[in-house]
Amino acid sequence: MSGAYEAVIGLEVHAQLRTRTKMFCGCSTAFGARPNTQTCPICQGMPGTLPVINRRAIEFGIKTSLAINCTVNADNRFARKHYYYPDMPKNYQISQYEEPLAEHGHLDIDTADGARRIGIQRLHLEEDVGKLLHEGSLETAASSQVDFNRAGVPLMEIVSKPDLRTSEEAAAYLKALRAILVYLDVCDGNMEEGSLRCDANISLRPAGAKEFGTKVEIKNMNSFKNVQHALDYEIGRQARALDAGLRIVQETRLWDPDRGHTVSMRSKEFAHDYRYFPEPDLPPLDLPPDWIAQIRATLPELPAARRQRFMTAYALSPYDAEVATSSKALADYFEAAAKGSANPKTVANWVLNEVLRVVPPDDEKAIAACPVKPAQLAGLIRLIEDGTTSGRMAKDVFEKMFQTGEDASTIVSREGLTQVADRSELILVVDNVLTAHAKVVEDYKAGKKAALGFLVGQVMKSTSGKASPAVVNALLLEKLPKV
Amino acid sequence: MLTRLTVHELGARFRSGEATPTEAARAYLDRMGALDPKVKAYLTPTADHALAQAAEADARFRSRAPRGLLDGVPVGLKDVFCTRGVETTCGSQILRGFRPPYDATVVARLRAAGAVILGKLNMDEFAMGSSTENSAFFTTRNPWDLSRVPGGSSGGSAAAVAADLAAATLGTDTGGSIRQPAAFCGTVGLKPTYGRVSRYGLIAFASSLDQVGPFGKDVADTALVLQAIAGHDPLDATSAAIPVPDYTAGLSAGVKDLKVGIPDEYFIDGLDPEVEAAVRAAIATLERLGAKTERVSLPHTEYGLAAYYVIAPAEASSNLARYDGVKYGLRVPGARDLIDMYSRTRGAGFGAEVKRRVMLGTYALSAGYYDAYYGKAQRVRTLVLRDFQRAFERVDVIVAPTTPSVAFKLGEREDPLQMYLNDVFTIPVNLAGLPGLSMPAGFTQSGLPIGLQIIGKAFDEATILRAARAYEAATPWRERKPELAV
Repeated sequence: MSGAYEAVIGLEVHAQLRTRTKMFCGCSTAFGARPNTQTCPICQGMPGTLPVINRRAIEFGIKTSLAINCTVNADNRFARKHYYYPDMPKNYQISQYEEPLAEHGHLDIDTADGARRIGIQRLHLEEDVGKLLHEGSLETAASSQVDFNRAGVPLMEIVSKPDLRTSEEAAAYLKALRAILVYLDVCDGNMEEGSLRCDANISLRPAGAKEFGTKVEIKNMNSFKNVQHALDYEIGRQARALDAGLRIVQETRLWDPDRGHTVSMRSKEFAHDYRYFPEPDLPPLDLPPDWIAQIRATLPELPAARRQRFMTAYALSPYDAEVATSSKALADYFEAAAKGSANPKTVANWVLNEVLRVVPPDDEKAIAACPVKPAQLAGLIRLIEDGTTSGRMAKDVFEKMFQTGEDASTIVSREGLTQVADRSELILVVDNVLTAHAKVVEDYKAGKKAALGFLVGQVMKSTSGKASPAVVNALLLEKLPKV
Repeated sequence: MLTRLTVHELGARFRSGEATPTEAARAYLDRMGALDPKVKAYLTPTADHALAQAAEADARFRSRAPRGLLDGVPVGLKDVFCTRGVETTCGSQILRGFRPPYDATVVARLRAAGAVILGKLNMDEFAMGSSTENSAFFTTRNPWDLSRVPGGSSGGSAAAVAADLAAATLGTDTGGSIRQPAAFCGTVGLKPTYGRVSRYGLIAFASSLDQVGPFGKDVADTALVLQAIAGHDPLDATSAAIPVPDYTAGLSAGVKDLKVGIPDEYFIDGLDPEVEAAVRAAIATLERLGAKTERVSLPHTEYGLAAYYVIAPAEASSNLARYDGVKYGLRVPGARDLIDMYSRTRGAGFGAEVKRRVMLGTYALSAGYYDAYYGKAQRVRTLVLRDFQRAFERVDVIVAPTTPSVAFKLGEREDPLQMYLNDVFTIPVNLAGLPGLSMPAGFTQSGLPIGLQIIGKAFDEATILRAARAYEAATPWRERKPELAV
């Protein structure tokens, strides 16, 4: 791509709210039930039915608005957005238009060039649509079936300002936003299952220009990686087009992750007319300021604040603090383990190196389900610190804990993984090793200090790895100059 | 004859044991069998259902534990209300065969009160019309002259009460659809305050205007039915959480303390002189009964009709989008693709007036036109409401004609715009969300009923009913019945 362009990117994020019931009726929102078993006349759009607002969804919306520094609008109401599609029971979606729940927020992200503040234009609530099922492909299926289980599930749409400039920034923004949603426990953040969806608007303009170029909307990016890849591809595509003197067409393009490119879905030159108008079945939302204040008071510590605290309270490096707070589950895990240990820095090393080797940092479910519980990890670290086992042996113990879910002490005593730290016992081994490797001892005397490592290794080997490396080291240093 | 009795008279007989709910239900079903082929009020009679309900009511009276004043009373429902398991068409082909899996709140409340449901009543398709000529199935006749329309859209509900084919009925009023047919058929019909009665299960025409209300043979019956259906419903977010007063308690308190407003703008050119004379005479009667009257002005009245014909079609175009052949009701087969299925189904399923309004409404909501039409109409609506609020600072009720003319002949009004003018005196009340009642105020020389409209303050149905009852007691109109040879 040509370096002469600057990308202008805005993200529209749809987050499914973790309410127990749907946005406008009492049906369950649980994922994966048999088709149309979680429906009622209201979410099926039957004649005569009326929506009633789920208070919890509003609460979640306000919570999120406050966490991303938005102003909750005193005047706000729902509107109908019209278009015909069989997955939408009423052929209009109850959404918000001119009077969204909240506006004018921002989110700070870390970029290669330091922290950047990304503006958030608005946050509004709406209902999800159903799902079409085809036997075989859309082209060959004899019929299409509709599953309305998802219809009416509460969605929150968060629209950023066009403040993002690179695909990395877009991914960083999305990660930061996702972390907040998960911290607030308002969304499970699962992109693969579609509880978090992201569309992007992207245009290019000559570097330094003020005017925006023609924007293209990209859909179907269901992972952080896809968001970054799709935007990189699109930046390249638009740059090539502009270089060739072509006009960018305002359109919606679908990201195809298998082929690694975007394809045109529909032209926006003849944009849909959604014929929005205020939803007459729902009175304007009455949001008493004291309710909003009450919700603000319940806001948990958010990722940025927690990261800061990890650096000061636990002396973690900025990088370690960032990784440790990359999900609420991981940060909770770390803190729970650190509580049971005198040395949080060691705990952090174990969490970031060993735990993250077996579970992904942002997989809340996997972290919660990790067979090694935080208290058990703390127990293992205590065994290292009191010299019962060595750091090296402890890694094997951790493996076994992960496989069996047993406590470290159980495994250590059953498998004899306690280290030998008794000097009188080890002196014999050390003497034997020095005798057997006279040549190496000579080398050491001649100034080849690396020989020490070999000798330590030999002692460890003779003790099947059970010797305390610290004690062995000390014994060798005591003996060598005398040889 | 049981079918001539009012609800309160019938209830008294049930309690005294002079009659049973089953006898009453049979009397009505027999009369329906004999007369309804002429009046054509019912779309779907539910005789078996009614007799089963009546038998249960019999048992309650036998064990001296009736549920209240409506127990065992045979009623009819406009086909706009969802009834569980009973076909609900809204007067449209597109919902032919639709059997809702649930009852509208008002239906559930009537059932809970023990009312016996005789059947579903004819209406203009999706409540759009003033004559029932827009019903997809047939036109209901005016019991006073079978060559004339009963009014609409709740024409079946009004005709059924007038012809003693139900003790009382429910209708809906979006721009006059209760009051205008009540006027044409010589019954009492009440459109309550917006939010007084739940709309849940009422098939929507224009959500911000629709309201459910009763038709009765007299004012007391109307009050009794309103009592049963009024009140907050958690299923309708626009229903008001305002306590429901006892509507029958103060019914006979008279009008001596009342101030009655007479709006200049409702006595205009085009008002039938016989209607004007009857309404002026009614005002004189109220004065004679002790009410103070004074002229009031509702200056934005003339803009009401235009605003209504933007707002109502706009909301209708949205509410009717769900009838697409995908989920229930009609689906015309043989479509090439999705859009073709939509157009074939909606093309065949909707009648001309519904299509006209869907197109009007779609246009009014279109990008670039919204502010000029929908936005402006909403501002007019606010002005109409302010007119009433200002008038109600000085008066307790406003009295006016319900309609500019009396019932017209079938097929007489083919021009839709002329048809719309029927509602010029009723529409402002809907725009303002206020309660309004129509009741008989005499007859033309040719024997057709004339309607008197009484408009009240928001949630003050009680005062309207009190004024209506005083006028009813002082006049002979409710004694007159249409001559229908059985």
